Amino acid sequence: MKILVCISSVPDTTSKISFTADQKSFDTTGIQWVINPLDEFALTKAVQLQASGAQVTIATVGETIVEPVMRKALAIGANDAIRINANPQDSYTVAEEIVALVKENGYDLILCGKESLDYNGNAVPGLVASMLEYPFVNACIGMEVQGNTANCTREIDGGKEKISVSLPAVIAGQKGLVEENELIIPNMRGIMSARTKPLTVKEASSSSAKVNSVQFQNTPGRGAVKLVDASNLDELVRMLHEDAKVI
Amino acid sequence: MSIFVYAECAEGTYKKSALEAVSYAKTVADLAGTDVIAISVNATDSSEKLYTYGATKVLKITNDSLKSFSAKAYAEALSSLFTGDIFVFPGSNEGLSLAPYFAGKVGAALHTNVLAAPTQLSPFTVERKAFSGKGIMTAQSNSDKTVVAISQNAYGLKDNPVQGSEEAASVSVSGNDVQVLSHEVKSGTLDLKDAEIVVSAGRGMKGPENWGMIEDLAQLLGAATACSKPVSDIGWRPHSEHVGQTGKAIAPKLYIAVGISGAIQHLAGVNGSKTIVVVNNDPEAPFFKSADYGVVGDALQVIPQLTEKIKALKG
Ligand SMILES: Cc1cc2nc3c(=O)[nH]c(=O)nc-3n(C[C@H](O)[C@H](O)[C@H](O)COP(=O)(O)OP(=O)(O)OC[C@H]3O[C@@H](n4cnc5c(N)ncnc54)[C@H](O)[C@@H]3O)c2cc1C
Ligand SMILES: Nc1ncnc2c1ncn2[C@@H]1O[C@H](COP(=O)(O)O)[C@@H](O)[C@H]1O
Repeated sequence: MKILVCISSVPDTTSKISFTADQKSFDTTGIQWVINPLDEFALTKAVQLQASGAQVTIATVGETIVEPVMRKALAIGANDAIRINANPQDSYTVAEEIVALVKENGYDLILCGKESLDYNGNAVPGLVASMLEYPFVNACIGMEVQGNTANCTREIDGGKEKISVSLPAVIAGQKGLVEENELIIPNMRGIMSARTKPLTVKEASSSSAKVNSVQFQNTPGRGAVKLVDASNLDELVRMLHEDAKVI
Repeated sequence: MSIFVYAECAEGTYKKSALEAVSYAKTVADLAGTDVIAISVNATDSSEKLYTYGATKVLKITNDSLKSFSAKAYAEALSSLFTGDIFVFPGSNEGLSLAPYFAGKVGAALHTNVLAAPTQLSPFTVERKAFSGKGIMTAQSNSDKTVVAISQNAYGLKDNPVQGSEEAASVSVSGNDVQVLSHEVKSGTLDLKDAEIVVSAGRGMKGPENWGMIEDLAQLLGAATACSKPVSDIGWRPHSEHVGQTGKAIAPKLYIAVGISGAIQHLAGVNGSKTIVVVNNDPEAPFFKSADYGVVGDALQVIPQLTEKIKALKG
């Protein structure tokens, strides 16, 4: 079985987010890049499936800056990596590049994270599935592959559902797909072998963005906190009722 | 051209997130000087609900192939009825699965996590959440078609009654690629992303045996319960309650955080809340810097007392 894991490289979750002076783009100065945490669940699942013969390729649409993160994914256990050389303009262009790769190489299973924690698109996996006309399972919190089918557990509002879809399919995962303690911290051997695993660069096909980002700003902060003494909870209740009007 | 909206149902009944999506569509329609067409799938609920929030027409699809949710099959059905430029989806699980699939199918510009009404219609320009709530991005469509998925609870319900009518819509669907093996919805509990009030607790609670007081307070307030990431990682609470950057992002009217330190990743998922109350025994806890109201004290003492006082208020 051939699995493609789509990896997005995002700012470390502790990063202070700021924008360039013209407010046109994200200021990457001093940013540490990491594998999108939700993609790490997908990658770990794929690596676990190697035990039953899966071949795991990772792909990232990005410029050379994403390569260290791709090496980390190789150290975690992917077999090889493909970087599609483009500066992602929007979800649509990223999806089109991944679709072109899938059409070229053919994969049985395309694993993604549900959302990348930079632009919070919630978009690429569904777009990829749509363009390929494949089944799409979002918010996947459990998966087993049996021959040509994937039995998945997906989160639904207020609960969960076990479903099965036939492969090829696009599956977007989150925590639960594997547990936190199953995540693989690369050891020295993994890191060494990642240096020699193939990382191929593929030129992007020319696709055009459907969304332009016009401006960025930081979310406005809150005013100063009103502290209430633990012995004066009546005052808290009054403020929530009369001032904030939330209870 | 009419504004289209997907009116999502659970067990045939319109969901709150669907009513929010209709409210949003109505605002867009008013800006554009047109009306709202809502599409529902296997609804048994009264269309009156949708008229209340501004839908002038309800197209009701009734189809056995669409009994279980499939992004592919639903996108096929909805796109065959779409004759406009703008389609609005709720920010629910289903909405976020369907919106990109649908957008890919009709070649539309896709805006997810949308926070507010468009500031401009052509090109369609709108503010959306980015960087896990740390930033706001103004995005613009570069296509004549636009798909919007709103950030749940960010826009809210807006009453806007209109004269409406319903119509049965027939669609041909080539089958359903999803086979449902089992379906588990906890009845009687509020959906976390829909909830107006959320009571959330962290490691400061010491152990799962102390969660009774959190549940009591939540029940009294008609609130959903949530937790910090480590609490779900160690299995004190289910993963579905995990809020934050790597869990659910929520935007209730009131968020009560008990024994949670306020790490940046936690804040990222809850900073869209309108009012935040923090209870923590450490006056230096970072969460106090991102709260509206704070109580410095032992949660195990404070929460039961707070519950009693709110009970007294409610009479
Ligand atoms: C990649 C990544 C992603 C992450 N994503 C998330 C996420 O999505 N959501 C999330 O929540 N976290 C996330 N985290 C974890 C985050 O960094 C924090 O570790 C976590 O939020 C801390 O949880 P906590 O506040 O419950 O526990 P702690 O940090 O242990 O804090 C417990 C708090 O309880 C207080 N306390 C103790 N006893 C009492 C008492 N008796 N009464 C009142 N207060 C008391 C303490 O003063 C302290 O402030 C992520 C981390 C990483 C690295
Ligand atoms: N530039 C990219 N390269 C490869 N995969 C990506 C890229 N951006 C997003 N993805 C994948 O799509 C998922 C959802 O991302 P998004 O739609 O941007 O929120 C991510 O978790 C990745 O699996």
